[in-house]
Amino acid sequence: MIEFGGWEMPAFYTSIMEEHLAVRQAVGVFDISHMGQILVSGPDSAKFLNRMLTNNVTRIGIGQGQYTLLLNENGGVIDDLIVYRLDAELYFLVVNAAKIEEDFAWLEAHHEGILEISNQSDDYAGLAVQGPGAVALLTNFLGTDLPPRNGMIEVVSHGLSFLVGRTGYTGEDGAEIFLAAPEAAGVWQKLLALRAKPCGLGARDTLRLEVCYPLNGSDLSPERTPLEAGLGFFVDLEKGDFIGREALVAQKTAGLTYKLAPFTMTSKGPPPRSHYPVFLDGEMVGETCSGGLSPSLGIGIGMAYLPIGAEVGREIEIDVRGRKFPAVVAKKPLYRKS
Amino acid sequence: MNVPENLKYAESHEWVLLESDLATVGITEHAQAELTDIVYVELPKVGRRVAARETIAVVESVKAASDIYSPLSGEVTAVNTALDNEPALLNTDSFGAGWIYKLKISDPSELGALKDAAAYRVQIGV
Repeated sequence: MIEFGGWEMPAFYTSIMEEHLAVRQAVGVFDISHMGQILVSGPDSAKFLNRMLTNNVTRIGIGQGQYTLLLNENGGVIDDLIVYRLDAELYFLVVNAAKIEEDFAWLEAHHEGILEISNQSDDYAGLAVQGPGAVALLTNFLGTDLPPRNGMIEVVSHGLSFLVGRTGYTGEDGAEIFLAAPEAAGVWQKLLALRAKPCGLGARDTLRLEVCYPLNGSDLSPERTPLEAGLGFFVDLEKGDFIGREALVAQKTAGLTYKLAPFTMTSKGPPPRSHYPVFLDGEMVGETCSGGLSPSLGIGIGMAYLPIGAEVGREIEIDVRGRKFPAVVAKKPLYRKS
Repeated sequence: MNVPENLKYAESHEWVLLESDLATVGITEHAQAELTDIVYVELPKVGRRVAARETIAVVESVKAASDIYSPLSGEVTAVNTALDNEPALLNTDSFGAGWIYKLKISDPSELGALKDAAAYRVQIGV
């Protein structure tokens, strides 16, 4: 068991390798009850969220969702999250466990207009069902079709109410389902009976790293902007003002100096981990944010903020306990489904 | 869980097979089960002098890097280079082909600080 965002969670149930491959080849289920749920409702919700978040929330219709970021005034990342529009004036935010209190306080501090912000993280449990077999398994379990990619629907099944979001953190198809916390253990058991393999945080990390999804706290931080993190696609600088926008515009105008880049090790050696020094042309230019052995690729992979100019194909070195090992800047995603 | 009677054990989950003044060291079956999926072993250099409880090797699983501590003081006389190509030997044969290094021990009195199989079984709860 490991501590994560204030929760005690299993790193694995059987083995990270087995769980990782189950998600790539069949279907796995993750307990994501640690994640937070914040509801924003009322006539001014959209206007308020558009001032708080980087993506344009007015672009999503009822039943749709979008990946977006919550920034500080300097354009640094407080949290990355998914916002779902459940109804005309009702939004459901799924946020990172370690950031629930901070996100909620930040939203409350900027409360403006006729709306209500409610932290319902303790009420909801969440299960992520992921893998090529996930959609069939969930369709069968819920007795209904899943929403389209990034969508969310409410489903009543087995006498329970579920919010089903077609998303995930693995690079595989699947859904994240949210339900009343006391019911989660029973549903977990039912999903296992349908042959979903229980997966821990370890596999969740290797799966997301292979497809270069950032992890807040490792790859994202209040000192780095979404532009530096390569998340410009989720930032709408044209939609009107939002917190952090000014800083992002200034950074864009001045030009980025660093950008989050994935890399792969090019020789056999120890897998990279976070906070290992990174060298470019013999000079230390930063440190790794994330790293590990890719179970799908069988080599060490990671991500680091590198100076602009260290483009794809550029050779770098990773310092592992005082010894330098060669790596190469790579294109994301590092793993692509065949 | 296998805990061979002929070995001595450190609280940090290394095992020692002593043949006169030559100690063979590895990690226990319990330790490899906790780590799972060992993907890299950083071996010590032959000739290195090490003190008891000093870091002597690093075992990397998919999850994390873990330090291995030398249970005894002495000089490294051999390392298991087979682990360079097949680190998973630590998973599949932790008390045999998965040995990590051999040590010419310098202080036999340190053996008293190690556990026998029965005491180690109590520690890991089997």
